[in-house]
Amino acid sequence: MSTLYQQPAVGERPTYLNVDYGWKSWLFTTDHKRIALLYLFSITAFFAVGGSFAVMMRLNLVSPEGLLFNADTYNKLFTMHGIIMVFFFLVPSIPAVLGNFLIPIMIGARDLAFPRINLLSWYLYMIGGILAVTAVVQGGVDTGWTFYAPFSTTYSNTHVILTAVGVFVAGFSSILTGLNFIITIHKMRAPGMTWSRLPLFVWSHYATAIIQVLGTPVVAITLVLLGLERVFHAGIFDPADGGDPILFQHLFWFYSHPAVYIMILPGMGVISELVPCFSRKAIFGYSFVAYSSMAIAVVGFLVWGHHLFVSGQSLYLGTVFSFLSFVVAVPSAIKVFNWTATMYKGSITFETPMLYAFGFIGLFTIGGLTGLFLATMAVDVHLTDTYFVVAHFHYVMVGGMVMAYLGGIHFWFPKITGRMYPEGWAKFAALIVFVGFNLTFFPQFILGYLGAPRRYATYAPEFQVLNVMSSAGASILGIGYIIPLVYLTWAWMRGPKAPQNPWGAKGLEWEQSPTPPPTDNFEHQPIVTEDAYNYAGEEATLDR
Amino acid sequence: MMHPVVPVKTYVFVFLALITLTATTVAVSKIELGEYNFVAAMTIAVIKGSLVVWFFMHVNRSSSLTRLFVGAGFFWMAILIVFTLSDYISRGWLPGGTWWK
Amino acid sequence: MWVFLLTEIMFFGGMFGGYTVYRNMYPEAFASTSRFMEVTLGGINTAVLITSSFTMALAVRSAQIGKKRALITLLICTLVLGIVFLGIKYVEYHEKWVDHHIPGPGFHYDDPRYAQQAQILFYLYFAMTGMHALHMIVGAGLIVTLIVMAARNRFSKGWYTPVEIIGLYWHFVDIVWIFLFPLLYLIGHHP
Repeated sequence: MSTLYQQPAVGERPTYLNVDYGWKSWLFTTDHKRIALLYLFSITAFFAVGGSFAVMMRLNLVSPEGLLFNADTYNKLFTMHGIIMVFFFLVPSIPAVLGNFLIPIMIGARDLAFPRINLLSWYLYMIGGILAVTAVVQGGVDTGWTFYAPFSTTYSNTHVILTAVGVFVAGFSSILTGLNFIITIHKMRAPGMTWSRLPLFVWSHYATAIIQVLGTPVVAITLVLLGLERVFHAGIFDPADGGDPILFQHLFWFYSHPAVYIMILPGMGVISELVPCFSRKAIFGYSFVAYSSMAIAVVGFLVWGHHLFVSGQSLYLGTVFSFLSFVVAVPSAIKVFNWTATMYKGSITFETPMLYAFGFIGLFTIGGLTGLFLATMAVDVHLTDTYFVVAHFHYVMVGGMVMAYLGGIHFWFPKITGRMYPEGWAKFAALIVFVGFNLTFFPQFILGYLGAPRRYATYAPEFQVLNVMSSAGASILGIGYIIPLVYLTWAWMRGPKAPQNPWGAKGLEWEQSPTPPPTDNFEHQPIVTEDAYNYAGEEATLDR
Repeated sequence: MMHPVVPVKTYVFVFLALITLTATTVAVSKIELGEYNFVAAMTIAVIKGSLVVWFFMHVNRSSSLTRLFVGAGFFWMAILIVFTLSDYISRGWLPGGTWWK
Repeated sequence: MWVFLLTEIMFFGGMFGGYTVYRNMYPEAFASTSRFMEVTLGGINTAVLITSSFTMALAVRSAQIGKKRALITLLICTLVLGIVFLGIKYVEYHEKWVDHHIPGPGFHYDDPRYAQQAQILFYLYFAMTGMHALHMIVGAGLIVTLIVMAARNRFSKGWYTPVEIIGLYWHFVDIVWIFLFPLLYLIGHHP
């Protein structure tokens, strides 16, 4: 039986938060939990920057002639929204914040395998981010976050190289985090923590780390080639000089497609933790969920050509990529079935994290299914570069990933801060986010189906109603994001102290590590004797 | 890393093999074999690389996990190159596909 | 370190991919450029690098049996050979500069049929060998660190991990060159 940690009755015991307060203790820390918080603050800041570009875009699109910006400026807005959101929010988010914080604790270790490299990862992330923001301040980039050649190499006269260097540096942050996770999970598990007892959160981060290690270097070299081409004009991607722009797309998407799995797999890992806890039931099909994470990681590398269906790529290869894109949907579907089966005959309660989990399951399913429309080559000819694509990836990324991120933040908030957030406000915010999100992005599916192109500052007048609906939804969604920012900050400083295990959850982080944890994570070396998610046969002991 | 010490002789043999293969590849390149020049050069390069990986980098004494990682790395690069190249090769199978010929 | 080397395989893999595609597209142009690649120098460099891998492997072995002096000597040999490689590379680059084969505004290729494509090859040549040389410079720095550490008695029979992992890195850089050499120097090389 795992021993439950009892909080002491008197005195303030040392935790990772109060052990030292100086700024140096934060900026030179090697404690994975503090590094996770450093990431939390910086990622939130970048989310705000990227979000503000989205606000400006949606404001502009209220009017068919473009309310506020001309086409050149609008090009810069959507480019920078994409770059910041993809590279500086989505890719790091859950792994860098929740993964960094929780993985050592979940496997019973005192820290990651390479704590100083972990800190280096954060510094690289910040340097990359500062370079990207500098490019924004200097006038921005207008190539689209996809940097397609030859526009980016030859014709664009914006700060392409500066931005590319920023992304390159942030890419190394991602690589080092992935490397750290792989070694940690292999080498630092507590006695008794076999692979088949690992929480699924850890499995999904392991799969993510493999993608980070194998994929990111390719975008790194692609950006290097892009930068060199901008300087030397040898013609490697420019048809006027004998080069092939499609080669750029191949190299770019070889990373960027697996990158979306880097973004979603950790979110799925969070959901795999939330659903069993709030259904009071062990996850259905543990091995299937674990192996499907690995399957997504592997097969995800074989589908990048579905971004090139209309580019001039060989149709034969396109058929192969189309088939493989259908295959890669299967493991994700397996996970959705397993989560639903977990809930069946479970004892479900609707705390905020579970609301976000429900949101994830529904919205990710919609997003994923619409991906199949896009994977069908013939349909893609009609839908490509329309708002349908935009709606698809926002459903999986915002409806999926961001919801999982918020759900995870709320679930582990007591563990991280030692305090409880206000449940009423949290549920209200979750509802606002859900409504705002759907109002923003569902009309975009219709717009895309009707043929409205993406990345345009203006549009045909018959699309105005849908665009206005979308912009209205965006403002609601924005409010939905600001509310948690406010109450979570308030709760951290003045919220009620959290009990050791407010959710009655299983897992080493809840059962054997104090809330909040001390610097070394545990009071005694944990020894694992039972499987994960052992919810069956116990009273639902919600310790609120 | 508690491995038995590799005798110097092993390294010497591998070294001599590598030098010989280098000389061979240069010599073969001077013979006109058409398409097979490339095949020959690549085969020799793969052999040389494998010798370095197997002996100098001690993969012959490594765990299966390490070997899996090593294999995976080269396999992934192969995925990138093979799929991308097949685009260019199969574009010629449809009219108007290749603009560079 | 192997996990890190995986990332390096993919990093160089991207360039090998680009090279493969363009060689497939422009085989004659690529073959025509091989006149300008000094096979002798390239071959010597290959031998130099292989020898440095040999001395590196012996150095790791010396660390394993606790022979400090042999370790330092072999590390110095490896370093010297690495510098020789870089020196020969510099000579080759200088030749390219003189011949106007550096991509950019100063580029000039004497066969007008292949000028555009040749520029792409030279771009890839400089990108790939340049990236390789950069990795060698880093490797040289790491070996210097090892020499200093060894001189200060930081290694023993029980612990010599940095030597082993920097050895892995050095061998990897050697392997990249083993593939670069035939691809860049020996294309369509006729007597």
